[in-house]
Amino acid sequence: MLITCPYCGPRDVIEFTYQGDGNRERPQPASQDLDAWNAYVYDRLNPAGDHNEIWQHSGGCRAHLRVVRNTLTHEILSTAFARGGHKTESRS
Amino acid sequence: MSPRRAETGGRIDRLRTIRFTFDGSPYTGHAGDTLASALLASGVTLFGRSFKYHRPRGLLAAGVEEPNALVTVLRGEVREPNIPATMVEIYDGLVAVSQNRSPSLAWDIGALNQLGGKLLSAGFYYKTFMGPVFGPLKGTRFWMFCEHFIRRAAGLGKASIAPDTARYERMNAFCDVLVVGSGPAGLMAAKAAADQGARVILAELEARFGGSANWSDETIDGAPAADWAGRIVGQLEGNDNVCLLPRTTVWGYYDGNTLAALERVTDHKEVPAKGEPRQRSWAIRAKTVVLATGSFERPLVFPGNDRPGVMLAHAAARYANQYGVLPGERIALFTNNDSAYRSALALKKAGAAVVAIVDVRSDVSNEMSRLASEAEAELLAGHAVVATEGGKALTGLKVQRFDMMSGALSGDERSIHADCLAMSGGWSPTIHLASQAGAKAEWDPAKQAFLPPQPTQRWIGAGAFTGSFSTAQAIAEGRAAGLQAAGGSASSAPLPVVEAAPGDPDPAPVFEIKAKGKSFVDFQHDVTAEDVRLAHREGFVSVEHLKRYTTLGMATDQGKNSNVPGLAIMAEALGKPIPEVGTTRFRPPYTAVSIGSLAAERFGDLKPERLTPMHDWHIANGATMYSAGLWYRPMIYGLPGETVEQAYVREAKATRESAGIVDVSTLGKIAVQGPDAAEFLDRVYTNMFSTLAVGKARYGLMLREDGLAFDDGTTWRLGEQEFLMTTTTANAGKVMQHLEYFLDVIWPELKVTVTSVTDEWAGAAIGGPKARAILAACVTGTAVDNAALPFMGIVHGRIAGVPVVICRLSFSGEMAFEVYSGAGYGTRVWEALVEAGRPLGLVTYGLEALGTMRIEKGHVTGAEIDGRTTARDLHLEWMLSKKKPFIGSAMMDREGLISPERLQLVGLVSLDNRPFNGGAHIVEELDEENPHDSIGHITACCYSPALGKYIALALVKDGKARHGTRAFVSDPLRKRFGPIEIVSNHFYDPDGSRMHG
Amino acid sequence: MAEYSALSLLKNALNGNQDWKPAWRKPDPKASYDVIVIGGGGHGLSTAYYLAKEHGITNVAVLEKGWLGSGNVGRNTTAVRSNYLLPQNTRFYEHSMKLWENLSHDLNYNVMFSQRGCLNLAHTPAQLDDYARRGNAMRHLGVDAELLSVDQIKRLVPALDVSGSARFPVLGGLMQPRAGTARHDAVAWGYARGADRRGVDIIENCEVTGFLRDGDRVIGVTTTRGDIRAKKVALAVAGSTGRVMQLAGISHMPIESYVLQAFVSESIKPIIDTVLTFGMGHFYISQSDKGGLVYGGDLDGYNSYAQRGSLPIVDEVMSEMLALFPGLARLRMLRSWGGVCDMTMDGSPIITTGPLPGMYLNCGWCYGGFKATPASGWCFAWTIAKDEPHEFNAPFTLDRFYRGLIIDDKGQGATPRLH
Repeated sequence: MLITCPYCGPRDVIEFTYQGDGNRERPQPASQDLDAWNAYVYDRLNPAGDHNEIWQHSGGCRAHLRVVRNTLTHEILSTAFARGGHKTESRS
Repeated sequence: MSPRRAETGGRIDRLRTIRFTFDGSPYTGHAGDTLASALLASGVTLFGRSFKYHRPRGLLAAGVEEPNALVTVLRGEVREPNIPATMVEIYDGLVAVSQNRSPSLAWDIGALNQLGGKLLSAGFYYKTFMGPVFGPLKGTRFWMFCEHFIRRAAGLGKASIAPDTARYERMNAFCDVLVVGSGPAGLMAAKAAADQGARVILAELEARFGGSANWSDETIDGAPAADWAGRIVGQLEGNDNVCLLPRTTVWGYYDGNTLAALERVTDHKEVPAKGEPRQRSWAIRAKTVVLATGSFERPLVFPGNDRPGVMLAHAAARYANQYGVLPGERIALFTNNDSAYRSALALKKAGAAVVAIVDVRSDVSNEMSRLASEAEAELLAGHAVVATEGGKALTGLKVQRFDMMSGALSGDERSIHADCLAMSGGWSPTIHLASQAGAKAEWDPAKQAFLPPQPTQRWIGAGAFTGSFSTAQAIAEGRAAGLQAAGGSASSAPLPVVEAAPGDPDPAPVFEIKAKGKSFVDFQHDVTAEDVRLAHREGFVSVEHLKRYTTLGMATDQGKNSNVPGLAIMAEALGKPIPEVGTTRFRPPYTAVSIGSLAAERFGDLKPERLTPMHDWHIANGATMYSAGLWYRPMIYGLPGETVEQAYVREAKATRESAGIVDVSTLGKIAVQGPDAAEFLDRVYTNMFSTLAVGKARYGLMLREDGLAFDDGTTWRLGEQEFLMTTTTANAGKVMQHLEYFLDVIWPELKVTVTSVTDEWAGAAIGGPKARAILAACVTGTAVDNAALPFMGIVHGRIAGVPVVICRLSFSGEMAFEVYSGAGYGTRVWEALVEAGRPLGLVTYGLEALGTMRIEKGHVTGAEIDGRTTARDLHLEWMLSKKKPFIGSAMMDREGLISPERLQLVGLVSLDNRPFNGGAHIVEELDEENPHDSIGHITACCYSPALGKYIALALVKDGKARHGTRAFVSDPLRKRFGPIEIVSNHFYDPDGSRMHG
Repeated sequence: MAEYSALSLLKNALNGNQDWKPAWRKPDPKASYDVIVIGGGGHGLSTAYYLAKEHGITNVAVLEKGWLGSGNVGRNTTAVRSNYLLPQNTRFYEHSMKLWENLSHDLNYNVMFSQRGCLNLAHTPAQLDDYARRGNAMRHLGVDAELLSVDQIKRLVPALDVSGSARFPVLGGLMQPRAGTARHDAVAWGYARGADRRGVDIIENCEVTGFLRDGDRVIGVTTTRGDIRAKKVALAVAGSTGRVMQLAGISHMPIESYVLQAFVSESIKPIIDTVLTFGMGHFYISQSDKGGLVYGGDLDGYNSYAQRGSLPIVDEVMSEMLALFPGLARLRMLRSWGGVCDMTMDGSPIITTGPLPGMYLNCGWCYGGFKATPASGWCFAWTIAKDEPHEFNAPFTLDRFYRGLIIDDKGQGATPRLH
């Protein structure tokens, strides 16, 4: 699997660390809504198909990327910085 | 001259004689021979024994799919088992031995298994060996008793215990076009792509490029096919943009068009050249792959088809044409298709007598009849082989009339005298890599074969791989594939002209001749046609059940010979077409891959070693080192004759009495910088950091999102916007990723950068009543007295001219200081501190003494912050700020995390004055025979020189309420039981007067 | 006479093996059942078996979308052990162990459970303490465990590198002697045959496409072979739990799916007679009766339903293998495959009633599902039959995450790939 880092270009998956489901929304820090916190920490969409996820280019620039990847085919559909910008579409 | 070596012919170098041994006997062969061809040339017919019945077996094939002739190659003490003799290139001094036989290949006691016959049918072991339901052999014992013998009888070769001394290499490669296979299709593809300027890698699993061109009788552009292939290879060799990889098996097709290949660099050499690895493991990232992997000929299934001397027709021809070896003097052929006629002709030309061509088809074309007469062979159309004769070599066969439509045999059996039977059951494209790439194969009823499906990754097929079995088609498809892969447009230039014997590529749909006797489908695993039918009767009818129940296709040839015949027999039993039985999805590897090559450079060097800047000093000064993750740290600096306990007790005692110094360079260190650094730390730590003054440090605790304790350490405020965070050694990487994640993903608005500086700083902790005096003696540029350097204060100064940062903080409980300097100067500063301390009785101490002093103080480490404990469990609730939210604050008070049933940190004192063991448990009621009802466990223990007792830290249910009570240590693993008192974890100087000084 | 025995083998051999009956029938689905078990893997089949055997509930259908046993029961490395740290896990897996010890007799099917032991190697003093903690925890629950010295380990596994010069020298190990291996497919087939002979319908090639509902209540399923109604619908589809739950309208679960690869070497004469794990990485190995070394390592570190592995993990696993067995560099890896694991947020499974009325859920086996097969089915059958959990599976609820009653044997928190 090759992931295209917006900084570094296409790199082997071995350079990256998977940081999980990118759909999760963290409640505001002061939120007391325990269900929302629980949902954020424990609940996963876990789709069989396109999945929005976070990867860190830990063996490279260490940026976190938002990657859309198919969990059935492992095809990478797009990558972008998690903090925003530089989206690369790569579905062929 | 060897008995079976033809006078002329073959692509071997007859001027070079090579000497080797097989099962201890000396043999010779020629350069270009495989072990198989050289032994065959010497008249050897018996090459191996089958797995289950230990039946004598000869060569079935000439290539990578060989299931029978497996040998072990020895290099001194180092063994390489299960190598097909067909894939061993001989070299001077080669030592090979046969396998799975005792006492010898010719006389194998295991052959007695054949007497078991129908008793040992497929899956018989599921139905027996269960033993009695009562008595001493009940339960699993009887099975394990039987299993002991089964295991010893099973297995093929013996693996090595002696470490392999060879070196393996990893290569990462990138190319525009990877061509897999170098037959005419692959060569044309590589040539066409290279001519377009593409970067091409051509991988061929055998030693010689050319594939079938090396043994076909065809001509291409007027030259023998092999010469044509040699010419193309010569042209490719001269190209800078082409990388030719002989002896390279592409075995895995992974995501993102990454292909894994194994190059056998020196296996064929007596002595590797300097610097050459044994094998090289390639990861090839190709823009496009051309799959030109050819096809496998299928055996026919009939009684006695496993007799030594029965082999695949193309293999017989290949031995003759490529190696100049006749597999027999009187050769018969048995076929369901036209390709065997070409083999017959080749064998005839090479000098063998072709006694008969037995064809299941009654209707044989005129062209084939002509080929048969050209081979001077009797053509027995509408016949089938129903038996073979001979022991360790074929002596003859029996044929009968055969009706293809009904499968019925009729008429009298007729005997034919032959010493080799060459069979052809049609051809199966080698679609393994395409299947690995994710697509499901498709059955072609005309070709009676599974063909590659539409690509799911970027590959293009060519030649026999696609079911185009003629060389002319292979050449055309190869060129087209190469052009397309390289982005070129189709060419109308003339193609090389092939002259080949005629033949219809479609076989008759006959896979099995049903007659009396064992007919083998999977040769190595002894799976017979009857076994397949038994699987059918018992309901194991899907292809996967068939495989798993009978072990068909699970042998080292991975079903290359048996898959399709097995499916066909099952399909017939079911009365369904073959594709409805299912298709096996192929998985990596295509052929077995050495484990050494996959480990590559990491063989013998699994993980890097992390050494602190002062490592060499520790070694030179008598430290015994301790492995902690990737790090090495001093455990003790033992004196001659000291036990570990004596050493750490001395070190700890000396530290509390005068001073001690310990290397703390392994602590994780993270620079946290930026305008929002303080705010960020407030969110990350449970306690406040924004209120911390510049020049001061604070102990901090982090929780995970789920509210459990994560890590602790001190963080130093070096400037308004600059902090130096320290973490535990073990969690340095995890904490760094945790911080980066929050900054990058959750709070990108915070202006903070974090940098791992663990390796930039050397750290020494110096503590004890004399520590300040020692510092005072060697530090310049700053005062270190209480006013300048109060508890948790930070100063900058120099030691031995080296800039240092000093923070007064204590893990040992003594007045102590951590001294950080640039890593490159760590030893210089360390030596200066040691030197300054010498007159004051300073000792160096290791992790054991460090642990002892922290246990005495009741500080927590990773043994207590073990991912299951909360801040409250560890009595750190005082660190949970109520003034702000922090990571984990919302989750930390859920019902399961505040239950009184939870384990809490306590101290333990041994009441029998005997040492504790780490990992011992605590019970209220001692029962040495049947220990039960554990209420907790010891996390760390030591002899406390300060208390003069054996003490421990422990996590105990509702521990705090138990202070002052008695219980027992229960350690059945080490048979250590005894009374204890449960006390506070703060054993020593609980009010901290020593460290506050 | 038992259907399978040495005698029946002999009798059938004399008869040309013509009289063996199918191991299970191939019935068409009926319109309704008392219980539908979705998933014809090890857990689903054992659930059906124990429903029939222990609770007399035989009007049961097991629905399998492909061929029976096509999931992880046939894709694992066959280790059976109960060497856990936390009592909730140890009690459950020890119950499983006890069922394993009599399983071949119970099923009249040789599942080849071989108690050759499971040895966890320790490489640092801290790790040895950790293992001692776990071993003692087991002993206090009546489970066997022993600490082995380096010498004992060397005698047990002569091919292992126990030299002090190894990168991670072996300092000792934790042994569970009663642990071992079993023949994975046989477990599925044995349970299938056992359930079938008790009247359970095992229906292959029958994929569930939706749930029949009466309000909230689940009253059956729609399948590729028609609608089937049931009083109770039980899910045992680990690896596909998320997908099937989505059919019931439950979009989120405390589960992520990951691929775990496994490997088999070419067959060799016996060299490893126990199940062995490496402490400084993630590697485990045993040797099958056929002689192949069966081994595996870490998960492929990202969500996947692909049943196909990645190359870096292959290299990692082989490297760790050779760190223990430097003599095996010339041995060859013959087969590899991937299984999809339900990884939960604490590494422990879920066996519970609900979450919808009429529904029962068994999932989240991480990569420890094979050894759990007997107890999982046994506890799930109890839960289905009695509408409440047995004490062995009472801790394995779905709501334990929210309540903070997590059972985290590895202490890794809600990062499933690390369990």
